[in-house]
Amino acid sequence: MNQWFDLFASPPVIVADTQLWRSLSLSDYNTRVVLAGTTLLGIASGLLGVYLLLRKRALLGDAISHATLPGVALAYLWTALIGQDKSLTVLLVGAAISGTLGGVSVLMLRHFARVREDAALGIVLSVFFGAGVALVSVLQQFPRGKISGLESFIYGKVVAITGSDVALAAVVLFFVIAIIALLGKELKILCFDFELARSQGWPVMALDFLLIAMVVAVTIVGLKAIGLIMVIALLIIPAASARFWTHDLTRMLFVSGVLGGVSCAVGALASAAFANYPSGATIVLCACFFFVLSFVFGTQRGVLWNFLHQRQLSRQQEYQHLLRICYEGLEARGSLPSLSKLSTSEAVPISEVAERRAWSRSFALKVARELDARGLVVLRRSGDLQLTARGMVQAEEAVREHRLLEMYMMEQAAADVGQADREADYLEHGLLPEHLAELGENRSVGAPPPVPPSPHPFKSE
Amino acid sequence: MQSSLPLTSIPLSVRDLTVAYHRKPVLWNVTLDIPDGSLVGLVGPNGAGKSTLLKAVIGMVPKISGAIKIFGGTYAERRGSVAYVPQRESVDWDFPATALDVVLMGTYGRLGWFRRAGKVERDAAREALAKMEIEHLAGRQISQLSGGQQQRTFLARALVQEAKLFLMDEPFAAVDAATERAIVMLLKDLQAKGCTIVVVHHDLHTVPEYFDHLVLLNTRLVGAGPTSTVFTDSNLQKTYGGKLTLLEEIGEAMKRRDQRSKL
Repeated sequence: MNQWFDLFASPPVIVADTQLWRSLSLSDYNTRVVLAGTTLLGIASGLLGVYLLLRKRALLGDAISHATLPGVALAYLWTALIGQDKSLTVLLVGAAISGTLGGVSVLMLRHFARVREDAALGIVLSVFFGAGVALVSVLQQFPRGKISGLESFIYGKVVAITGSDVALAAVVLFFVIAIIALLGKELKILCFDFELARSQGWPVMALDFLLIAMVVAVTIVGLKAIGLIMVIALLIIPAASARFWTHDLTRMLFVSGVLGGVSCAVGALASAAFANYPSGATIVLCACFFFVLSFVFGTQRGVLWNFLHQRQLSRQQEYQHLLRICYEGLEARGSLPSLSKLSTSEAVPISEVAERRAWSRSFALKVARELDARGLVVLRRSGDLQLTARGMVQAEEAVREHRLLEMYMMEQAAADVGQADREADYLEHGLLPEHLAELGENRSVGAPPPVPPSPHPFKSE
Repeated sequence: MQSSLPLTSIPLSVRDLTVAYHRKPVLWNVTLDIPDGSLVGLVGPNGAGKSTLLKAVIGMVPKISGAIKIFGGTYAERRGSVAYVPQRESVDWDFPATALDVVLMGTYGRLGWFRRAGKVERDAAREALAKMEIEHLAGRQISQLSGGQQQRTFLARALVQEAKLFLMDEPFAAVDAATERAIVMLLKDLQAKGCTIVVVHHDLHTVPEYFDHLVLLNTRLVGAGPTSTVFTDSNLQKTYGGKLTLLEEIGEAMKRRDQRSKL
């Protein structure tokens, strides 16, 4: 126990001096401040991003963050002109005012001028950012000392984060969580069904404004850490990633908050450890990494999971086909075992299977080997297939389903024999127990349900 | 949000209602009374202002002139007695919610600020789902529901609002035959309980079978009253026939004139 404690108190000499170790071991006060500030920011934007995404307003965050630039620039200008030292408060107030103006402009353009949402976002984003860029070029005529740090607002610089930034981030996170906890139901109805929300008398404009106010607050906190251009990534990417993992809103909030926090923490550490990488870039790349991870491995919508699921389905269909052919092969030879004695020593050659399914011999062998491994058939060295007792039970079930469907198609859907066989082939894999019960209703009396005879002679396909 | 004012007998009374989008009239001088306990079909061609009429009733679109009374009061006063069912396509069914979550939203209005849905609301929501015969889908993600099941979910949501006046925007649009039958049964059931239902409808063949009252609309009101008297060839000709295109042309002309005078 003591040994471990000592190890952390005095890390190995070789790595102790490197900046990387100091960052990763959190031994440095600054690193801890940076880590705390960015993590709080990441959680807050992850949570808020879920509602922005569901309200289809993801790009509103982008317009708002860009709209903070003229505010920041004017604040610099003001402090420079009155000869004061620049203070963080003035800068943040300036950013908050112009950010809010930008967000409200989007709502107003949409509501009163009936400009389409995407156009309104484009107008506000470009006009505010353009004004900001113009003001920044005015600022560049001032001595460098007066405008130091301006760049970090645009691209983000975590090392500039101070204790008061952490406090601000904590306050914002507290409010975001409190508002979601108190107004979860109101925000949910606003995001899902705007018309219902209005018809029930909810003040939808005020709720939309609340969302904007929260976005402004998160953006302000994010300005220093990741800069105004990339803060949008934190509002969109964690929420979009979370959607791959769950269909539940509460869980989505949780996953998005965690992903946001972790992306920020790892990204900020990377930025601090390898100096000169702008933190905005490392954090966004980190968030993007988790997005790709979610996109591939997400349990609800990830492509890998979908792919495996599809493959498993088609595998099962192949197994059913092979078992059915074995059964029907025995049936054609008149060598089906009686009910009391399920196993049989008769075998069906693999060539017959391949021929009837129009499979290649090697593919038929592959499927047969997999079924052999599952103990449903025995694949003899000669290439003959023998059903085991368990295989016989499953084969009988597959044949029964197929024939019930075939007969249903022929009787009800007026399909001809070939068509019925093909369609049954296709449909039988989607059968649910209740469908089967309905199909067999008029035919099977008592258990076990008999396998009806095939309505057509077997032929190769 | 429920009102304690006494309800007068006329569920919905519209006087001289005119609504315009971008200066183009969508509803012109519409005056009608919906009698208590009636099941009303609101019928007319595309762009006739059927959905707009419902939206004007619940104050979602601004009216240029006219008055709308619901049980003798304004919509804001009678909100608790009205359930509005938007078109199914008006929402994104990919939203992370279950069918039960969506139905619960119907209770939000009477819950008011901050209060969450509790056991009472959940039971009511399950009961409503059971009435629409989809109780077994309560926990199903809404994106995995079929079109008919989504429509049933919407109607279950209207049921839990415990309203007296139902305004439904095309509940029969693109649903399967079984769902259509279930919706008709629900409508008749609600009517038997004394509710008044106004339904935007498209299929003329089923009008006499489904509705005892009919409102024929094509920008202006063509006819309103019992289906047996209103559902006539000459009224349908007026609603769907060529004569009303003149009105549309006047509307377009007004729009152009307005634009010129603004320049």
